[in-house]
Amino acid sequence: MKPVRVVEGRAVPLERSDVDTDQIIPSDWLKRVERTGFGRGLFSEWRDDPDFVLNQQSYVGATILVAGPRFGIGSSREHAVWALMDYGFEAIIAPSFGDIFVNNSSKQGLVIAQLGHDDVDELMAIIVADPTTLVVVDVDQQKVEVPQAGWQRGFTLDPMTRERLLNGWDDISLTLLREAQITTFEASEKAPDLVGIFDEAGHVRS
Amino acid sequence: MARTLFEKIWEEHLIASAGADQTLIYIDLHLVHEVTSPQAFEGLRMNGRVVRRPERTLATADHNVPTDSLSTPVKDPISRRQLEALEENCEEFGITVFPRGHENQGIVHIIGPELGVTQPGMTIVCGDSHTSTHGAFGALAFGIGTSEVEHVLATQTLPQQRAKTMSVTIEGSTRAGVTAKDLALAIVSTLGTGGGSGYVLEYRGEAIRDLSMEGRMTVCNMSIEAGARAGLIGVDDTTIAYLRDRPSVPKGDALDEAIARWRTFVTDDGAEFDAAVVLQAADIVPSLTWGTNPAQVVALDGTIPFPDVAADQDERDATQRALAYMGLTPGTLVRSIPVDVVFIGSCTNSRIEDLRAAAAAARGRRVATGVRALVVPGSHRVKAQAESEGLDQIFLDAGFEWREPGCSMCLGMNPDQLKPEQRCASTSNRNFEGRQGRGGRTHLVSPAVAAATAVMGRFASPDELDA
Ligand code: SF4
Repeated sequence: MKPVRVVEGRAVPLERSDVDTDQIIPSDWLKRVERTGFGRGLFSEWRDDPDFVLNQQSYVGATILVAGPRFGIGSSREHAVWALMDYGFEAIIAPSFGDIFVNNSSKQGLVIAQLGHDDVDELMAIIVADPTTLVVVDVDQQKVEVPQAGWQRGFTLDPMTRERLLNGWDDISLTLLREAQITTFEASEKAPDLVGIFDEAGHVRS
Repeated sequence: MARTLFEKIWEEHLIASAGADQTLIYIDLHLVHEVTSPQAFEGLRMNGRVVRRPERTLATADHNVPTDSLSTPVKDPISRRQLEALEENCEEFGITVFPRGHENQGIVHIIGPELGVTQPGMTIVCGDSHTSTHGAFGALAFGIGTSEVEHVLATQTLPQQRAKTMSVTIEGSTRAGVTAKDLALAIVSTLGTGGGSGYVLEYRGEAIRDLSMEGRMTVCNMSIEAGARAGLIGVDDTTIAYLRDRPSVPKGDALDEAIARWRTFVTDDGAEFDAAVVLQAADIVPSLTWGTNPAQVVALDGTIPFPDVAADQDERDATQRALAYMGLTPGTLVRSIPVDVVFIGSCTNSRIEDLRAAAAAARGRRVATGVRALVVPGSHRVKAQAESEGLDQIFLDAGFEWREPGCSMCLGMNPDQLKPEQRCASTSNRNFEGRQGRGGRTHLVSPAVAAATAVMGRFASPDELDA
């Protein structure tokens, strides 16, 4: 995953609470074999409505989503995170989130910024009034900022998540930091011998 | 110090433990199938990563494959794409794959053991919850999610929390007519669907020792139905005898060395478990599930339960809902309930011994009018073995369908599905609502009961057939 220090861009106001992962990416999309391309399925049922916020020209190309409470509740599907990121979102701001969704986001590098209920309402009002407003989500400083309005609020990430975002570490990268340890283990007496299972070409004998 | 089997395998595979949440274990063998792997391979590609140890990775097609003639193409385009993706990914990353129709292809949990790839003392993972099956060989085997599949492909390791240990002992020998499936159902109904959560179960006692390897796999397979991620059985002569001539098992002196090592994978006398459950074999009778979770078990000689015998209101409600979904009336004699479909297959019961047991009941008899009965061998090797013993002919003569290997009617992901309200006697492992097709009604049974039920057109045991 790519390191994320700051996300800067325009923000989309999604004025709904309890946006569950079934809404984010409906289940008929789960049969796909790719991890990419889920952006087309993002909120696909809502997008049939021409008035839906993502269909409005002024928000095209936005990178931040501002939503109501309990965003990302419901099923554990990692596809929800894949869909948001594939669509182009890099950060989600809301008063509260589904647990598993937060977890899945941290594995993929999607920034989750939790602000107070009133703060989210204020931010929402700013971006509704002017869709061109630049919003900054700073992972390093743990703050959300609207420079043109002089508006700024802090948020908290757990230290490990912040580290991983800043360094671009995913679980695999973290494990690969211990590559030498793994190699030593593989070469050691301790490593179980799989003698006989595979032939010289590395194929299973059969 | 005396150690349990779990502790021996765990400690041998520990790469590093820097605090509980950083524990990294080495994975000896990674089994892959078409459904949970495509995004993991895609993840590797996106990050420019390779498969660290392709030679410790083995893939097969199972969930999506149609089980009718191999010459018919896969009609569902999405399934076809998933099957093609498996082959392409394995080709690209250098992994051995057995596609539909390959002589070694079959359900992932059937082929590992029969090829001798599954061996004692190993850590084995697969993106499938019934990976617990392989625990029958004294291997620590458990299911993982797609992100973890990618993690294992890239690193051959997995960050893991250490599980707790539970001994599940079945004392005494089983009664005539009681099969491994009945033991599995007894264990799940005793523990409940969440009772094993957080534990690795080790099955012990005379009734377990007496089982063949096929039977032990049936028991370990259903560990997950009790909420446990893994089940284990210690190595003994039965384990060694099964493995001896398998293709991927060492030969000559190397075999002797391997056997000496394998024999150490037992729980030491005096080792302590975190929890213990004891069942008496004499209490276990031929059984089946009546409801919509695998802990809702009733004796074949019994009647459908009344909701008011349930312990509390939640359970009474659950019983009501299950009765309604299953279309059953409390108090009905189990043996009087007619079925529409009989499915003999799945990673629980599609090995050669299962097919022999079913064929013994089917021999010289006819499937009841109006009943559709399928026999789906777990792998091409099982199919070939059965055909060499003439079992296919016994089934065909009796009016059963004899099909190509795959997961088939165990889950509604391929063309073999129940229609709404069809009642099925199934040798699989999950009776959840809609599992075998939307609105379908599943009763989990042993292969012998399944075959007898096909003949009688209602739930029956083989001993009834002679009457
Ligand atoms: S047979 Fe059923 S339980 Fe076993 S792997 Fe296939 S779908 Fe899963």
